[in-house]
Amino acid sequence: MELTLAAAIGVLVASGVWLLLRPRTYQVIIGLSLIAYGVNLFIFSMGGLRMDVPPVVDGATVDPAQYIDPLPQALVLTAIVIGFATTALFLVVLLVSRGMTGSDHVDGREPK
Amino acid sequence: MMAILIDNLVILPIVLPLVAGALLLLIDERRHALKAAIAIAATVALVVIAIALVTIADTRVGATGVAKVTTYLLGNWPAPFGIVLVLDRLSALMLVLTSILGLAALIFSVARWDRAGPHFHTLFQFLLMGLAGAFLTGDLFNLFVFFEVTLAASYALMLHGSGQLRVRAGLHYIVINLAASTFFLIGVSLIYGVTGTLNMADLAVRIPDVPAETRPLLETGGAILGIAFLVKAGMWPLNFWLPTAYAAAAAPVAAIFAILSKVGVYVLMRLAPLFFGAGAGESAGLGDWALIVGGIATIVYGAIGVLSSQALGRLAGFSVLVSSGTLLAAIGLAEASITAGALYYMATSTLALGAFFMLVELVDRAQDPAAAVLSVTLEAYGDDGADTAAVEEEVGVTIPGTIAALGICFAVSGLLLAGLPPLSGFVAKFALLSATIANPTGEPGWVIWTLVAVIIGSGLFAMVSLLRAGIRAFWAPIEGVVPRVLVVEFAPVAILLTLCGCMAVFAGPLMRYAEETAAYLHAPAVYISDVLETPRKGMDGTP
Repeated sequence: MELTLAAAIGVLVASGVWLLLRPRTYQVIIGLSLIAYGVNLFIFSMGGLRMDVPPVVDGATVDPAQYIDPLPQALVLTAIVIGFATTALFLVVLLVSRGMTGSDHVDGREPK
Repeated sequence: MMAILIDNLVILPIVLPLVAGALLLLIDERRHALKAAIAIAATVALVVIAIALVTIADTRVGATGVAKVTTYLLGNWPAPFGIVLVLDRLSALMLVLTSILGLAALIFSVARWDRAGPHFHTLFQFLLMGLAGAFLTGDLFNLFVFFEVTLAASYALMLHGSGQLRVRAGLHYIVINLAASTFFLIGVSLIYGVTGTLNMADLAVRIPDVPAETRPLLETGGAILGIAFLVKAGMWPLNFWLPTAYAAAAAPVAAIFAILSKVGVYVLMRLAPLFFGAGAGESAGLGDWALIVGGIATIVYGAIGVLSSQALGRLAGFSVLVSSGTLLAAIGLAEASITAGALYYMATSTLALGAFFMLVELVDRAQDPAAAVLSVTLEAYGDDGADTAAVEEEVGVTIPGTIAALGICFAVSGLLLAGLPPLSGFVAKFALLSATIANPTGEPGWVIWTLVAVIIGSGLFAMVSLLRAGIRAFWAPIEGVVPRVLVVEFAPVAILLTLCGCMAVFAGPLMRYAEETAAYLHAPAVYISDVLETPRKGMDGTP
């Protein structure tokens, strides 16, 4: 499971970085989204990888080893919300730029 | 009522702009006089609160005379379990700088810029809220959230006024900062993964005890986190976006952006001694060399940029880099006496840069008549035809009153940016350089002298470039257009520059404050114990 998750994060971030370095705004926004997914999974993995254990203490068992760390999950939730908002905002700017310059190049004009 | 207010004063700099911003959202754009009045009232209140907070932060307690650190437990959970707000001298100083600069930029914007696009005042208040939160928080992830609040507001403000140039620069600005935010998240989660806490004071306790096998992970996390702050601060080579973005932003927005680049500097100034200071065991001094070398490179890049800039806006943008570079190198030297000079320098350079960004727009109006006829602003102009006529009747070459006043302000901000006497720019550079030359940390001599030479050289470059720009703007155009400048546009510039003058007059008490702040930052035991030992309110009878 560790290997699968690590590979998934690696593939997401690598594809994201490659797309981020491309000249079209659409590629850039997809790249940023992929990096954000990779990073979210990464935060998630920082709480330790456990299968079939609850994050919420139920009061019956008090041994912390029986639970998964809930904090990274809360952090991921915050990061997802913020990432969602900023991606939406960037999408608007992207469209404005496209409308104003007539080009979807990140510099607003086609390279000569 | 009063007691509740004083108890909760620490959170007011966050709540007040939030409420004001939300309230402004409900008012129609056409009632701009009302909106401007509410925004200015809220920001004036913010200045008052910030000054009250400085007084609180500077109050000494106990026999040792150590200033108290005020910890505000959000949700009444004790640190490190809940999120805390921490008020100390550094955060209080940053709040005062933010609120004063914010008020000046806001007054400036009322003349015309606040009508150049929708929701200017709301976004501006949210920006102030994000900045206040970033300065007050004592939690690493909460810092991320406030960074994002600040950035989200700044993205929209960056595009305020629209236009192709702004949209293009804004696009780059947003992409760079989104990428930097992912660095922030990676760094924070690595640090959490190793230490299991996000509270800054608790982290400082745990970092020395991190076992050797996970220490590389911790240091990687610290370095990646540092990159996120260095992008904001504009360290070379992470800063190529900054001059373009700042030059493209509307004048009041660029003025408040002068403190935005200081947020990264502030975080490094706080966290470097706290996490990787002398008490950090094997990780002590992590990244200091990167900061020194990067700082020097930033000053060199900024100074060359200043010298080669034709447009005043870009010149101001590169001046931001020079200021950032100087501060980063000073942080890298990691010594209390140097940090004290850096704090004073940060205050004066932020105010001077804020004033300069606004001044640039006023001066540019004289050079480019088209800029003065922006459609949105015609209604804002008073009828000053009578004044112009009176000036034109005189014989010989006269300099109109407006140009003369602008010229004086330009000269004053030039003195400040170049660091020449008698103003606070000189005091700041003198304090910084004398502490650096004393070399209390025992760095190799060539490092110290390179830094000193580069800082003095950047002042020279700034002076040459500003002289050239000043001559071109004020003396060369004989048939030049007299820009129409309203009092509300001129006043904030004059006030900020006067404040810099006052900073030179009251350099003694201000340096005392800076020295005590620096000494406190480099001895983090006070911060750690005060934050971690704050009792919950209303429990076991204690208030």
